[in-house]
Amino acid sequence: MSTIQSVAGQNEQHPDVALVERVRAGDLSAYDTLVRKYERQLFRIAQHITQNREDAEDVMQDAFLKAYEKLDQFQGNSKFYTWLVRIAVNESLMRLRKRRTGRTVSIDEDIETEEGAVARDFADWAPNPEQNYNQAELAEILKKTIQGLPQGFRVVFALRDVDGLSTEETAEALGLSVPAVKSRLLRARLQLRDRLTRYFKKKSPAVSPPANGPRGNGAEA
Amino acid sequence: MKCSEFLAILDDVIDQSIAATTRAEIEVHLRKCGHCEVVLDTTRKTIEIYRSHEVYELPPAVSERLHAAIMERCRKTK
Repeated sequence: MSTIQSVAGQNEQHPDVALVERVRAGDLSAYDTLVRKYERQLFRIAQHITQNREDAEDVMQDAFLKAYEKLDQFQGNSKFYTWLVRIAVNESLMRLRKRRTGRTVSIDEDIETEEGAVARDFADWAPNPEQNYNQAELAEILKKTIQGLPQGFRVVFALRDVDGLSTEETAEALGLSVPAVKSRLLRARLQLRDRLTRYFKKKSPAVSPPANGPRGNGAEA
Repeated sequence: MKCSEFLAILDDVIDQSIAATTRAEIEVHLRKCGHCEVVLDTTRKTIEIYRSHEVYELPPAVSERLHAAIMERCRKTK
């Protein structure tokens, strides 16, 4: 699992910058290195948005090609990876638009703005709950659970928590404000936690719903 | 601190971007509120489990095929 390092200091050059310079000077092998470095992450982002393997494969290819063609437009104000993710997000949304015959598609889709950050199921998890499932079962649970989130939550969670981008970088990559990323991240984390609790909660003793806890509405329906 | 106040800053608690004074208030709240303690602990585990298990695998053969296709298309645009 690759994790993007936090932003380097002002005077410290990110290793990608040197690779980008080499590509601009005509060294295609440097682009090969960049593609290898980020292809898994781009594929993952495209999958989270399109929810379709074939589309994700096409998006990944198109995004890398577009980035290569537009490399002169990369200013270096942001990290190369953030710039690349922004291209992949746009390509993914375009792909969804095509599938839905031109209907407008945005990263804001399916977001219920009225819904607050509420935890519903307060049951504790079993110790190492993932060990109660085999690898295939666990993979299915994790996939099904994250697929149940709105697209705009999934992609924020994937960038911020799985890829390790900062809140600011996630906002930049998605064209969202920092408060919007923060709000979505909190709701994504809590919704995933609630949904996973259905699978991972302690079998016994049963934990009763809170009598006077937050919102006190007990287990999720 | 109320549970709703704790939940509102849950992300900052997880990401450890909390001022020392607030941290002390949080510790007091968590000592007496088992529900918030569970929410904090299991939300951390949620993040950890998604970090350590790749949901969308890119098998090596597919990766190689896509990689070759990308580089071929880049070569053609030169």
